[in-house]
Amino acid sequence: MSKRLRSILTPIIAVLLGIIVGTIIMLVSGYNPVDAYTALWNGAFGDVYYTGEVIRQVTPYILAGLAVAFAFRVGLFNIGVEGQFIVGWLAAVWVGVAFDLPKVIHLPLAIIAAMVAGGLWAFIPGLLKARFRVHEVIVTIMMNYTALHTVNYIIRTKLNQGSAKTGMIHESASLRSPWLQELTTHSTMHWGIMIAIACCFIMWFLLEKTTRGFELRAVGFNQDAAHYAGMSVNKNIILSMVISGAFAGIAGAMEGLGTFGYMAVQGGFTGVGFNGIAVALLGGNTALGVFFSALLFGSLKIGALSMPLEAGVPKELVDIIIALIVFFVASSYIIRVVLDRFSKKGVK
Amino acid sequence: MDYVIEMLNIRKEFGGFVANDNITLQLKKGEIHALLGENGAGKSTLMNVLFGLYQPEQGEIRVKGKPVHISNPNIANELGIGMVHQHFMLVDKFTVTENIILGKEITSGGQINIKKAEKEVREISERYGLAVDPQARISDITVGMQQRVEILKTLYRGAEILIFDEPTAVLTPQEIKELIQIMKTLIKEGKSIILITHKLKEIMEVADRCTVIRKGKGIGTVTVSETNPNELASLMVGREVVFKTEKTPSTPKQDVLEIKDLVVKDTRGVTVVNGLDLHVRAGEIVGIAGIDGNGQSEFIEAITGLRKSESGSIKVNGKELMGFSSRKITESGVGHIPQDRHKHGLVLNYPIAENMVLQTYYKKPFSKNGILNFKEIYNKARTLIKEFDVRTPSEYTLARALSGGNQQKAIIGREVDRNPDLLIAAQPTRGLDVGAIEFIHKRLIEQRDHGKAVLLVSFELDEIINVSDRIAVIYEGKIVAVVNPKETTEQELGLLMAGSNRKEAGEETHV
Amino acid sequence: MKKRKIGMALSLVLAAGTLLGACGKSDTNKPADTSKGGDKEKAFSVAMVTDVGGVDDKSFNQSAWEGLKDFGKDNGLKKGKGGFDYAQSTSDADYSTNLNTLARQGFDLVYGIGFLMHAAVDEISQQQAKSKFAIVDDEVKQPNVASIMFKEQEAAFLAGVAAALQTKTNHIGFIGGMKIPVIERFESGFLAGVKAAKPEAKVDVQYSGAFDKAELGGTIASKMYSTGADVIFHAAGATGNGLFKEAGDLKKKDPSREIWAIGVDRDQNDMGPDVVLTSAMKRVDVAVKDLSTKAKDGKFPGGQTTTYGLQEDGVGLAPINSKASNKDAIDKAVKEWVEKIKSGAIKVPGTLEELKTFSAK
Repeated sequence: MSKRLRSILTPIIAVLLGIIVGTIIMLVSGYNPVDAYTALWNGAFGDVYYTGEVIRQVTPYILAGLAVAFAFRVGLFNIGVEGQFIVGWLAAVWVGVAFDLPKVIHLPLAIIAAMVAGGLWAFIPGLLKARFRVHEVIVTIMMNYTALHTVNYIIRTKLNQGSAKTGMIHESASLRSPWLQELTTHSTMHWGIMIAIACCFIMWFLLEKTTRGFELRAVGFNQDAAHYAGMSVNKNIILSMVISGAFAGIAGAMEGLGTFGYMAVQGGFTGVGFNGIAVALLGGNTALGVFFSALLFGSLKIGALSMPLEAGVPKELVDIIIALIVFFVASSYIIRVVLDRFSKKGVK
Repeated sequence: MDYVIEMLNIRKEFGGFVANDNITLQLKKGEIHALLGENGAGKSTLMNVLFGLYQPEQGEIRVKGKPVHISNPNIANELGIGMVHQHFMLVDKFTVTENIILGKEITSGGQINIKKAEKEVREISERYGLAVDPQARISDITVGMQQRVEILKTLYRGAEILIFDEPTAVLTPQEIKELIQIMKTLIKEGKSIILITHKLKEIMEVADRCTVIRKGKGIGTVTVSETNPNELASLMVGREVVFKTEKTPSTPKQDVLEIKDLVVKDTRGVTVVNGLDLHVRAGEIVGIAGIDGNGQSEFIEAITGLRKSESGSIKVNGKELMGFSSRKITESGVGHIPQDRHKHGLVLNYPIAENMVLQTYYKKPFSKNGILNFKEIYNKARTLIKEFDVRTPSEYTLARALSGGNQQKAIIGREVDRNPDLLIAAQPTRGLDVGAIEFIHKRLIEQRDHGKAVLLVSFELDEIINVSDRIAVIYEGKIVAVVNPKETTEQELGLLMAGSNRKEAGEETHV
Repeated sequence: MKKRKIGMALSLVLAAGTLLGACGKSDTNKPADTSKGGDKEKAFSVAMVTDVGGVDDKSFNQSAWEGLKDFGKDNGLKKGKGGFDYAQSTSDADYSTNLNTLARQGFDLVYGIGFLMHAAVDEISQQQAKSKFAIVDDEVKQPNVASIMFKEQEAAFLAGVAAALQTKTNHIGFIGGMKIPVIERFESGFLAGVKAAKPEAKVDVQYSGAFDKAELGGTIASKMYSTGADVIFHAAGATGNGLFKEAGDLKKKDPSREIWAIGVDRDQNDMGPDVVLTSAMKRVDVAVKDLSTKAKDGKFPGGQTTTYGLQEDGVGLAPINSKASNKDAIDKAVKEWVEKIKSGAIKVPGTLEELKTFSAK
């Protein structure tokens, strides 16, 4: 079996395994698995409305996945995507609310603001890592909390427009489009998916085709060799965190400018950033892989909403089934890595 | 015949690639049997088959005449086969005893009886003259000692047949001598040994018989007392091998590298290069001889910009490079074959082609406006692969998949191709077989003949004496003597390296 | 087959448990009239969208769901399409999807539980102009949306009175969840109640910033108790669970010590029978059931805001703990204040701004 075929086949088999075990669990607890999976499928693709919702959900997942994957390719574990996502969201909404500009300026400006905010938020752990070798996992985790509470404070005290949320962004900064909503019978789908796809391409191009990407990947694989070859390891570490944060920031902009159009005080983490970790790992940290795994996660997330209503499967069971699918997919990734290592040793 | 192990007509394939093709190896009781072959010839694969890590496609394994099926290492252990791995499998934070009993703990009521285990370990250690302290922590003992712990581990598990996988690769000359002694003791105590190696000298010294494999094929078994290194080498490589590298006398010209009063600290902040002076001229090879740990690594790292120097002066072609980044130094005409090719020399997960442009990727024609030009990169790689005889399936193959010798050839190709005025080669032949060593020595001399300055650092005295035009002896971070290789002996160098007064050895003064 | 039987048995047990729970609830707090409904024409179906807390959050969402179940039972509805049901949200982004899904499935009335759903209800109600919506704790000005608000300040005021009369140290604590208008109503009402009953008592106000951090609630409570507070009121959802734990622990260590906690939303006596003085109840269930009934009877107050206060039995104070030393005095005072509030003699402040000018006279 060729390597390519195997890497495509493994997630598919894993999903099937997850479905099979989920079936067994449902049978044991007395629910109809056919109904449940039909509900899952219909809840994601059974109606153009739901497909719109899936695409809307997939958009931030792709970007958060790219953020994690990008840092990972340079050997960094950016757990702080959640925080960078939150500050990006706020920055985009702030620009969307505070200014009144033509759309061609306003919308890009709002997205750039989110990029910058996310990038800056990630710059700090990058700098600390490069300068003082402080582990980025610790710093980014802490900065998630800092982001959450700072953003909540700002919304409550500076941008509050009643009910602990900001005002609506101006139409000129919105990613929404009546045409798309019409097309998907009033789903919350917006143009963000185009941006997410473009970002996939950008990540691929940047990493695989440019000298900068050559350096970033080299640093990710072997810092010593990169240093030997005259690359600045520290500069590349900081840069990769900033780019990763910028992707996360754009993900936030998708929520701020597309899905919601405002930002409310957050009672806790949104989970988008953490799902990004799973998306990235499942996608093998490549741009294309992230795209497809985000699609899977997004469909499961939206489809699962219908399962309790349509099939009477309790929410908790739905969570278990989704978790099982993710579990099998994730562990197949591990198995694949083990297999790869094994076969490599063999060739030697 | 009284064979303890017989591997008959073994064949092992990996997805079309034949790693072992009809190899036969028969081990007599009480002998040291060498398994000789170039890197990548299939020695490790064969031993992994014996140890139960791989299943052969064809062939039969017999232990004491009985056919056996070894499906995993536990069965190998039960059959009395023990492996001393090249890369030690030890838990750093555990003591010697804890490591040895790992997986075979003696328990009483759920508690490990460490006292009893320690006693047993001590007994075995004394019996075979291993002198291992059972209570020492692995992280506190030397590499040589760690290897003995590996040996102890196999003995503790009742091994009758010990497989040593390239055991001397990580050892100092003194430790090698001790290891040879230990192996002889083991034989005396009735054990049998398979020694995997590509070092002819060791085979001549300890082995009774030797099985040679080449490119996966069994070439044959010879009795060591009836052969000589030249014959073994040509069996292994498949052609005549020249040991003494031919070279004309050097015609040195102007100074290329000038180092004055260099001071460098190591990672712990200890001054390890302490006022070092050295110069290397165009058209000569200067060899640095010295015992490991006298500041060689830090010295090389300092002149290549990988480590900050405290004070002093480093000039290349008259230009001061002190405090420059490694990129600037590279661009100033310095090539560097690093001591550790896996750590510094290569990005193992990059294709061989991308490794070929590791320092030049940002220059034309390999990139333009920040976009890589893969066509040019692959063209360059193909040229170098051909020119430097790098044996790789293709230029897209990951560097990881290549054998050590071919990895080293790739690095040398890359560095030489950049046409540097100064080429620094740090232990360029470490762990390589004679064929590759010969190739590399030729290339270094070729560079010299093209009027380049070459600085060679090596722990192998043979190599230093063979290749260098001048030998600088380093001791405690200083060059303590510079001698002419034609007028010196290993004994004299050995004394100088150990720090004895050079007047006893006479000759030339300081640089 | 066997497996399926076990599974069915299991779900039967579960269902029975749920029903019993619902019965227990309905006995205590709803009007006796349960005879009508569930017979004529097409049944009136209702559904709700929870926020991320889910229907078992021991508080807000749970209370709303109990109201719906009650309504369903009274009208002979079944859980599911065409009866009554809920959709749980796992993130803020799910609100619109869930609201839309329920409306598409033809539920006659769809609730959005919590002010967080404001924007989603506003948007979906315009898209699904033919469906009816309702939102709890916020106001949405759309013709097909009914808004439910509570006078939390009135319940909190009574809790403040109880706290003031019970405190021995004249030091009272208040733990808020997040600084949002709903919680601010609790805070101002509580402060006003304390001020009215015992002006010299001081109240230590702290916000935890979250509704789901019990450990944080415990830490804050511990700090307050150790600095002299002996009664603490929380309006912090699950964060408040830490308060009850802390209070219970202190009481266990030193049974003679006066340690009291006041619950919120529902009667939280079960969280610590020895330490829960009372609870400021917010009867989301009553409101939800009431509005559903109105809607069913064709009296849907679209575009209007219905505010539930003491007068409407929408808020109230749970019975005072019988172990409280001042129970009689508190009962008496509370009764008096209830009268005054119901009669309109005093108006309890709903914001900190109003609190500044509040006077109990």
